[in-house]
Amino acid sequence: MRQVIIIGSGPAGYTAAIYAARANLAPLLIASSVEFGGELMKTTEVENFPGFPEGIMGPDLMMKMQEQAERFGTEIVYDDVTELELTGDVKRVTLGDGSVHEALTVIYATGSAYRKLGLADETRLSGYGVSWCATCDGAFFKQKKVAVIGGGDSALEEATFLTRFADKVYLVHRRDSLRASAAMQDRAKADPKIEFLWNNEVAHVYGDEKVTGIGLVGTENGAETTLDVSGMFVAIGSDPRTHLIHGQLDLTPEGTIAVDGRSSRTNLPGVFAAGDVIDPTYKQAVTAAGSGTVAALDAEHYLAALADAAPAQPVTASV
Amino acid sequence: MSAKEVTDASFQSDVLEHDKPIMVDFWAEWCGPCRAVSPILDKIAEENSDKLDIVKLNVDDNPETAMKYGITSIPAMFVFEKGEIVKRVIGAKPKPALEADLAEFLA
Repeated sequence: MRQVIIIGSGPAGYTAAIYAARANLAPLLIASSVEFGGELMKTTEVENFPGFPEGIMGPDLMMKMQEQAERFGTEIVYDDVTELELTGDVKRVTLGDGSVHEALTVIYATGSAYRKLGLADETRLSGYGVSWCATCDGAFFKQKKVAVIGGGDSALEEATFLTRFADKVYLVHRRDSLRASAAMQDRAKADPKIEFLWNNEVAHVYGDEKVTGIGLVGTENGAETTLDVSGMFVAIGSDPRTHLIHGQLDLTPEGTIAVDGRSSRTNLPGVFAAGDVIDPTYKQAVTAAGSGTVAALDAEHYLAALADAAPAQPVTASV
Repeated sequence: MSAKEVTDASFQSDVLEHDKPIMVDFWAEWCGPCRAVSPILDKIAEENSDKLDIVKLNVDDNPETAMKYGITSIPAMFVFEKGEIVKRVIGAKPKPALEADLAEFLA
């Protein structure tokens, strides 16, 4: 049996692993089979992670976190969790290969998943012009016109990145102002290839075998417009990945896992949560990393209390 | 064992004229999900070597084939049989999900 199993391999999971490993808890980290490294694997330059004044590529940053976690004895498994039993004193984690792993504590740091617009044609044309990852698919839109949907940092990052390839990038946002950071906004607004379409929502995605255009509806005037684009990049935020713990862990009204105050303690003893899965607001690499630290320290205190409690009986009996 | 690389030049003989179902993994160096799914495809190929062959095509080095098949998202994993596409799978997925997508070729 393990002391601690960490589920997730983004900044929260790896930072929890670094702390837990340095506390000699020999953590097992379940990294996922195809999405290991988390959100940052799909980004390019990360310019706001402290300690990297020149910026660092997202995948490189994650590789460094992984190395740091492994250096102190974290064991990493590249598989997916299919089942979780968190209610008992011993937590059971079942993986895609059928293996079952037991631990006294679990740190749950699964992050969030991209939100969809919710249009049938969006799903149908996914991979055929509809994308959630500019860094993965942008290069296929050389000298083409594309649209990015959204108004946050990730939307502007995608739009700016896509100008490397596309002739024209429309930024479609349902409001008249952006949530993105000032630095990202300034960069996008200064880019002659990016055109902002404010107060517009996507109502249609057109195309038989691949995207040929999208239909917009004005949020204020209801006016309909058609954009001839061959790509649509959706960046309208993300939702916490909680499907594995439904019915076991309490959620907040925002859908994130509920934790006790500034701690990582969930409603179940021995189960701690960290990163974007508990954070409806900040969702930054560095806040996730901090949150992973909190979870590892909380798990360590919990295990210490268990260890203190366990041998107490035989000791008293023998005296 | 890692998958054989096919090219624009070899596509006709290696894929279109291949004598059994063959899956082409369209990939690129810079694509993280491609790198993630690659060892899974190697495993599937190894476990089903009598039924399905799997090869890779680098879309940067072989733009002609990538464009011909309208690749706009990678990894794109297309199964060819007798020169025709009979199955399209797009995006990195865990092994059980890929096996389910490819079930008809692995049975």
